[in-house]
Amino acid sequence: MTATARPAPGRSMAPRPSLRSKTSRGSILADRVATVALWATGMFVLVLLGSIIVHFAVAAWGVVSPSFLLSDPSGETLGGIMPVLWNSIYMLVLTMLIAVPVGILGGIYMSEYAPDNALTGAIRFAEESISSVPSIVVGLFGLILFVDNAHWGFTALAGALALTFFNLPLMTRLAEQALRAVPQDERSASLALGATKWQTIRHVVVPLAIPGLITGVILTAGRVFGEAAVLLFTSGLGTPPHYNFTNFDLTSPVSPWSPFRPATTLSVYIYKLNSEGLGAFKNQIVDGSAAVLISMVLLFNLGARFVGRLLTRRMTAS
Amino acid sequence: MAQLTNAFEATGLRAKPGLMERIDLPRRVVFLAAASMIAIVALLLAFIFWQGIQLFVKDGQPIGAIFDSTWNPLADTPEFGILPFILGTLVVTAGALLISTPLSVGVALFLSEVAPNWAKSVVQPALEIFVGIPSVVWGWLGITVLVPWLSDTFPNKIAISMPLVGQVFSMPGFLTGFSWLAGSLVLSIMVLPTITSVSYDAFRAVPQELRTGSLALGTTRWQTIRHLLIPSALSGVLTAVVLGMTRAAGEALAVQMVIGNSPTLPAAITQPVTTLTSQITLDMGNTVFGEPWQDALWTMSLVLLIISVSSVVLVRLINKRRIGQ
Repeated sequence: MTATARPAPGRSMAPRPSLRSKTSRGSILADRVATVALWATGMFVLVLLGSIIVHFAVAAWGVVSPSFLLSDPSGETLGGIMPVLWNSIYMLVLTMLIAVPVGILGGIYMSEYAPDNALTGAIRFAEESISSVPSIVVGLFGLILFVDNAHWGFTALAGALALTFFNLPLMTRLAEQALRAVPQDERSASLALGATKWQTIRHVVVPLAIPGLITGVILTAGRVFGEAAVLLFTSGLGTPPHYNFTNFDLTSPVSPWSPFRPATTLSVYIYKLNSEGLGAFKNQIVDGSAAVLISMVLLFNLGARFVGRLLTRRMTAS
Repeated sequence: MAQLTNAFEATGLRAKPGLMERIDLPRRVVFLAAASMIAIVALLLAFIFWQGIQLFVKDGQPIGAIFDSTWNPLADTPEFGILPFILGTLVVTAGALLISTPLSVGVALFLSEVAPNWAKSVVQPALEIFVGIPSVVWGWLGITVLVPWLSDTFPNKIAISMPLVGQVFSMPGFLTGFSWLAGSLVLSIMVLPTITSVSYDAFRAVPQELRTGSLALGTTRWQTIRHLLIPSALSGVLTAVVLGMTRAAGEALAVQMVIGNSPTLPAAITQPVTTLTSQITLDMGNTVFGEPWQDALWTMSLVLLIISVSSVVLVRLINKRRIGQ
C-alpha cells in the first residue's frame, strides 16, 4: 500500500465524486455534521481553559502582588497569604521526601523484579484501589490513624503521610512506566559485561530513566500541591499564625520548620475562607489565592514537559 | 540451562554467589516499597470498616435505619438516615456523567480520529492542565461564575406545555443557584479529562487495518466511527465512564461548595441537594470522636469506600470480558 492511500489526518473521508453513487447524500451530510461536532468538542476544551485563565487573570489583577505573597493575613486590609503559601511548599517538600523514594523503589520492583504471580497481582490491585479511593476518605484514614489513635493531633506530618498514601500509586506507576521505557538491550549489554542485576539497575536503567522519573515527580508534585480534601482533617484547617522563621526548634508547635504543628495550606485556606464567608476582602483573597494555585499548576505542567524534553535531548546527545 | 550453569561453575567462569548476593538486599528493599501499598490498603479498609460499623455495634442503630430518609443528628432521639446522601451522590454523579460522557467521548474521538497534529498538541496539554486544577478552584469558579449565572438566568418556574395535553413538565426555578445541576456541571468538567484519556486509549488501541478496511469499503469517517470504532472500543469507553463515576462520586470540596447541602431527598435539578462527601466534609469538624453523629459520618465514608472498591472490581470485570472475547 502506498502512502497516498491513507488520507491526510483531519480530512473528511467523503469519497471522490465519481465514486459517490454508492454513498448516499445523507451519510455524507452526517459525516460533515459529525466532523464539525467533533471539532467543536475539541475546541470547547481549549476555549474553556482559555476563559478560566483569563477569568483568574482578571480577578487577580490588583490583588496578587509581592506584598500579597509575602505578608500575613489581616482582618482589616487585604493582607497576604504568606503563611499558607509557606505551608503548601512545606507540605509539598515533606510529602515528596517520603513519596519520591518509596515510589521510585516501588516502581523499580514493579518494572525490574515483579514476577507474574498472585502477589504482584495483589500489589496492582492495591495500586488501583488507592487510586480510586476518594481523597476525603484517605483524609479520614489519616485522621483516625495519626490524629486520633497516635494522638498526634493535627500535624503537618500527619497530612504529609496521608498525602503520601494518596499519591504513592501515581508515583509508583509513573516510575514503573519510566523504567519500562528503557530498552531491553541496555539491560542485556550490562548483564553480559558481568554486572549484577542491581548494578545494572543502579548504573544503567535508572540513569537512562531519569527524564521520565523527573516528569513523574513533577506531575505528582502538581497533584500534591493543590490537594485539600486529604488535608482538612489531618494537617488541619485552623487560622495560620504569624510564623517566626528564626525558630528552628523542630519539636515546637509554633515553629514554621516543625513537622509537628498544624499546617493550613493554600487550597485548604481557600476552602476555609469560602465556608466561613467572613471578611470584606474574602473574594479578592480567594481570587488571588486561586490565581496563585492555577499559576503553580501551569508551572508544574510546563516544567514537567520542559525538563523532560531537555534531559532527554541532553542524554541522547551525549 | 542447569547443565550450562554447572559447566560454568566447573570451569570457574561463574563465581559462586556470595552471601550479599544471596540475601539480595536491594530486591528486598524495592519489594517492601511496592508491597507497602498492600499494607496501606489493608489498613485503610480495616480502619474505615471498623469505624463504619460502630454506628450499629456501639450505638445500637439497626442497619436498616440508615436507609431511612430522615437525617436529624441533633434531635432528642437522633435519626441517622443517610438515604438523602446516598441518593444525592447517585443523582449528582449520574447528572455529571450524562453531561460529561458524550462530551468526553467526543473529545477522545476528535483527538484520535480527526485532529491534525497541531490540534492534538494543544488539546492534550490543555486536558493535563485540567487534571491539575485543584478541586477548591473548580468549586470557587462554580460559586463565582456558574451559581450566579444559573440563578440569574432561570429564576422562575420552568414549565413545558403542549397544546391539548397542557403542562407536561414543570420544576421550580433556581432560588439561589446552589443546586444539583450546579454540582453535576462542575463535576462534569472535573471528570472530563479522566473519561477522555481512557477512551482515547481505547480508540487508539483499535488496529489501523480495521479503519482502512472499513474506509476502503466506501464508508464515510463517521460511519467508520459509529459502526466500527465505537463498538470495538466499547469496553474501554465503559471503563472510562466507570472511572469517571468513581472520581465524581468521591469528589468532596468542589461539590460541597456548589450543591447547597440540603439533607433532603433530591427533588429537582434546580434544587439544593447533598452528597455523602459533602456532608462528611461539613460535619466531621463539628463532631466529637466516638459520638453517634460522628459514627454515622464514618458509616457514610464506609459506603463511599464500598462504592470505590466495587468500581475497581467492575473495571476488572469489564476488561476481563474484553480479553476473553
